[in-house]
Amino acid sequence: MIVEIKNLHKSFKDVKAVDDISFSVKEGELFAFLGVNGAGKSTTINIISGILNKDRGSVFVCGEDIDKNADKIKSSIGIVFQNSVLDKKLSGYDNLKYRAALYGIFGAEFKKRLQEMTELLDLKDILKRPINKLSGGQKRRLDIARALIHRPKLLILDEPTTGLDPKTRITVWKVIDTLRKEEGLTVFLTTHYMEEASDSDFVVILDSGKIVAQGTPHDLKNEYAGDYIKFYNNKDKVKEYFESLNKNIKEERDFVIVEIDSTKEVHKYLESNPEFFDDFEVLKGNMDDVFLNVTGKNLKDV
Amino acid sequence: MMETKKFISLIGRNTKTYFKDKFLFFTSLLTPLMLLILFFTFLRNVYIDSFKAAFPPDFAIDNRLLNGMAGAWLLSSVISVSSVTVAFCANMVVVDDKIHKAINDFKVAPVGSTTISLSYFVSNFFVVTLVMLCVLALGFIYLAAVGWYITVGDFFMILLGCLCNILFGSLLSTIILSFVNSQGMQSAVATLISALYGFISGAYMPISSFATGLQNFLGLLPGTYGTSIMRNHCMSGYLSAMSSAGLPDDAIKAIRDGFDANIYVFGNSISLPAMYGIFLGTTAALLVIFVLLVFFKDKISFKFIKKPINLKKNSETA
Repeated sequence: MIVEIKNLHKSFKDVKAVDDISFSVKEGELFAFLGVNGAGKSTTINIISGILNKDRGSVFVCGEDIDKNADKIKSSIGIVFQNSVLDKKLSGYDNLKYRAALYGIFGAEFKKRLQEMTELLDLKDILKRPINKLSGGQKRRLDIARALIHRPKLLILDEPTTGLDPKTRITVWKVIDTLRKEEGLTVFLTTHYMEEASDSDFVVILDSGKIVAQGTPHDLKNEYAGDYIKFYNNKDKVKEYFESLNKNIKEERDFVIVEIDSTKEVHKYLESNPEFFDDFEVLKGNMDDVFLNVTGKNLKDV
Repeated sequence: MMETKKFISLIGRNTKTYFKDKFLFFTSLLTPLMLLILFFTFLRNVYIDSFKAAFPPDFAIDNRLLNGMAGAWLLSSVISVSSVTVAFCANMVVVDDKIHKAINDFKVAPVGSTTISLSYFVSNFFVVTLVMLCVLALGFIYLAAVGWYITVGDFFMILLGCLCNILFGSLLSTIILSFVNSQGMQSAVATLISALYGFISGAYMPISSFATGLQNFLGLLPGTYGTSIMRNHCMSGYLSAMSSAGLPDDAIKAIRDGFDANIYVFGNSISLPAMYGIFLGTTAALLVIFVLLVFFKDKISFKFIKKPINLKKNSETA
């Protein structure tokens, strides 16, 4: 395990930001941390990275105890913060040079790593320009380069694609996928985008500082999200039938959608009411449903 | 060795960040510019008339001496007030790093918090020294043009006084700004310092022109002595030349009194060594506070400072 957290507690005065959480992250996996604002995600990240001190519990990163070897842990972690923390008046080159120096990377070693980052993230045209003259996507690429400049084993991404246009989001994820494949990087992600969480290897959902669900996206969908049948014909009969079974039904202009407990139920209805099934779709529940069912909140609304 | 290299790199980054921020750089020079404008529009004539008012009737003196004396007084004002205002502006890098969370980027790196704090102070001292040396050089060029009566000894004492003022300004700004965490507080502090410091240190107007009560109060503030030290060194050569030209001692004393080379607190005259004692003593006290802050800030609870709890913004950005 690259991250192991046990019984972590952190309070700010009377507010329990993180309340007795335990989880672990496997090496090389894409780990997603989901939760609304105030759920405790950034507090946990800030504790792992040494920005905040924990109240209680244990935090191990790359086998090192944060209480004993914080500096060693810091060298193993790279963070892309939600908002860019690069110096806006300085050029991309200066930003990377000064940040690399904090990790003891100078001179020829810096130039070699900069060359690698330039090729990987296509930085050539933006290195000489001040940060405040760059687009959101260009800044994000430099943020990622800054986080990777010291070859970390664990890359923490705090909502890395929030506020980016769809094209830039795809670019950012292509880079992250390349890094995972080529450098075996472990990625610890917090996100508001459910499709990003769906692609993760493991998901932890936080609510009010507590873990309320965890598992692979597939397991979570099976456990917390119902499946759906979408009927395009016989809408009135379908509606009448499933209302008598107390099923959740939503009627739209072209179809009626019925929530079912599992895909196995489809067989039952297909046998009992074959006339309903001349034009239909079976849909799996998604991570939005999981999140809504687990927390009672919709991430899109918060 | 590695920590030293990181320290030097941080100083480089802080310094470059300041000089690349043209707005901040211009704001830093606002106070000296204001003083220069005031000087060339009317203050120079006011000063010269005031000097002449202290002269005996029919006493004639070289105009270069009078113009140089007025310029030297201006230079002492610019140095003493700018050492503090430029230090505050240059130290806004610290506040910006907190507001824009760049400080978090340093905290996640394997570099000591002491190294980070010290780098802010050292880079500030370096930046202010650089700016003040440029201001001094311009001031000396002006004095050379209108009337140079500064001895070699005074020249070095001016440099020493300037360095003392810079050290005082850098420490004061570093300590005060270490408690500033928001844009609003940042603007308030910058405005207050720019507007107020010139008056309370006697840089805009001689303290002797204020009411006695206010004079006594300002005598309790260390900045007054920083300014007066500069007055003594800048005016020394000119006053000696006036004395050599036959200006009586009581007229010299009247000029020294009227232009803050002599400071009186509750009727007691403060000598130059005493001024150094008070000013350097205060600077030493600030140094002790700074060291305590660097090493113990995380462990000390400053309950008198109300920090708004905003978990969503401060601890939960996700």
